[in-house]
Amino acid sequence: MTKQMFFLAALMALVLPAADAQKLFTRSGKVFFNATAPSSPEVIEASQTSGTFVLDQSTGNLEMAVLIKGFSFERALMQEHFNENYMESSKFPKATFKGKLDKLSDVNFTKDGTYTTNVSGDLTIHGVIQKVTTPVNIIVKSGAVSAATKFSLTLKDYGIDIPSLVADKVGKQATLTVNVDLKPM
Amino acid sequence: MKYKQLLILTILLLPAVLVKAQEPSLLDILGEGEKTTEYTTNAFKGSRVINSHSMEMLHPGTMDFRILHRFGRINQGVYQLFGLDQASMRMGFDFGLQKNLVVGVGRSTSKKELDGFIKYRLLWQSKGARVMPVSVIAVAGMTVNGLKDVTGNPEVATTFSRRLGYYYSLIVGRKFSDRLTIQLAPTLVHTNIVENRLVPNNLYALGFGGRFKFTKRMAIVWDYSYAFNRFPENVNYNPLSLGIDIETGGHVFQLHFSNAVGMNERAFLSDDNGNWLKGDIQFGFNLSRVFQIKKQKVQP
Repeated sequence: MTKQMFFLAALMALVLPAADAQKLFTRSGKVFFNATAPSSPEVIEASQTSGTFVLDQSTGNLEMAVLIKGFSFERALMQEHFNENYMESSKFPKATFKGKLDKLSDVNFTKDGTYTTNVSGDLTIHGVIQKVTTPVNIIVKSGAVSAATKFSLTLKDYGIDIPSLVADKVGKQATLTVNVDLKPM
Repeated sequence: MKYKQLLILTILLLPAVLVKAQEPSLLDILGEGEKTTEYTTNAFKGSRVINSHSMEMLHPGTMDFRILHRFGRINQGVYQLFGLDQASMRMGFDFGLQKNLVVGVGRSTSKKELDGFIKYRLLWQSKGARVMPVSVIAVAGMTVNGLKDVTGNPEVATTFSRRLGYYYSLIVGRKFSDRLTIQLAPTLVHTNIVENRLVPNNLYALGFGGRFKFTKRMAIVWDYSYAFNRFPENVNYNPLSLGIDIETGGHVFQLHFSNAVGMNERAFLSDDNGNWLKGDIQFGFNLSRVFQIKKQKVQP
């Protein structure tokens, strides 16, 4: 009896974490940011390749985080202002998204193909949380899963003020393009 | 006996149950990954506190075009429009070559002086994987007096070496918070030729500068240097400048009041400075415009 119980306990301790095999992740997610105003003489864009992303295949839950300081701009001065004046990255070092695939049944992770569905959740930028829904493409190719999505956002909703002096360059709207190649955890 | 078994089982299973109950965030499961080093940036709005070099470096691939103006003394009254009728200026170009290396040249109207410097960051304040409490920056500069007669004494001929001056500065600075930055800068100024035997060729000084940011785009700055071996009878005072930095997107304006006219380390430390208490101060501004020469990569 004692032995059986210990065996059972050991088995359960092993089995529960093993559920993590359902999870896919990356630490090198690509994020591209564009906030160029419609008639701006210069482009306001930045990119980074070190976003962390986790997707739970069994529940459709997903989470992403990027370090604001990791964004690289064409111009160093823009990068400086982005961190210092707009994103206040020392106060709000990360932007995060925590959401869920709207219809998990739309995606078959075991079969090659491109699946389009919606993802909904909380987008946190500049310390402000907003509910968003956006389409996501999930590509399964010979067992490897990658995902691509795009968020369109109004900077004002996230408490980011664009002074009138630069309003001809920095738009009121911005897009965040996310591309991730995932591997099992 | 039975209870003991049950207890052991409960203890063994407890972690698994707890984890399940909390529904941890997926990113928490992933963990933090490698710890990165976060280097301090934006300690000052510009590469100068006001007159002195600041602990801030230029980004690699950028050029900073600087126009500095110092007007006349405000105690001259209305006739000179409180000094605004007179102006002395320095125009300069600084280049960020590497992340830790900046070079610059400039020319001042005062003494028709040409100056150049090399600024190298030895230590960079950081937190995270590598913790460094301060930034340490070394600056070495050289000045060339361009006047026809640099000595003003017919018995002493103007040779090239008599035109020269040098300055060396070691800046130790710390950005304490988003608002407050303070730096100390021991400085040596060597002037090849001085007025007379009593004026030291080597002037030792300690700079004390800082800024207090009060809005995202504005800051109060102060820049003071104490010289240890000034000739006591010399009618010359330690330079003290107080000002406001305003950043407007592409430009940084530094507006200030100062008793110093000089716009390089040699000039503001060893040239004649007025007395604040007597109103021998002048209004001045630094205008900085940073251009990106070599663009950084952005990959869509």
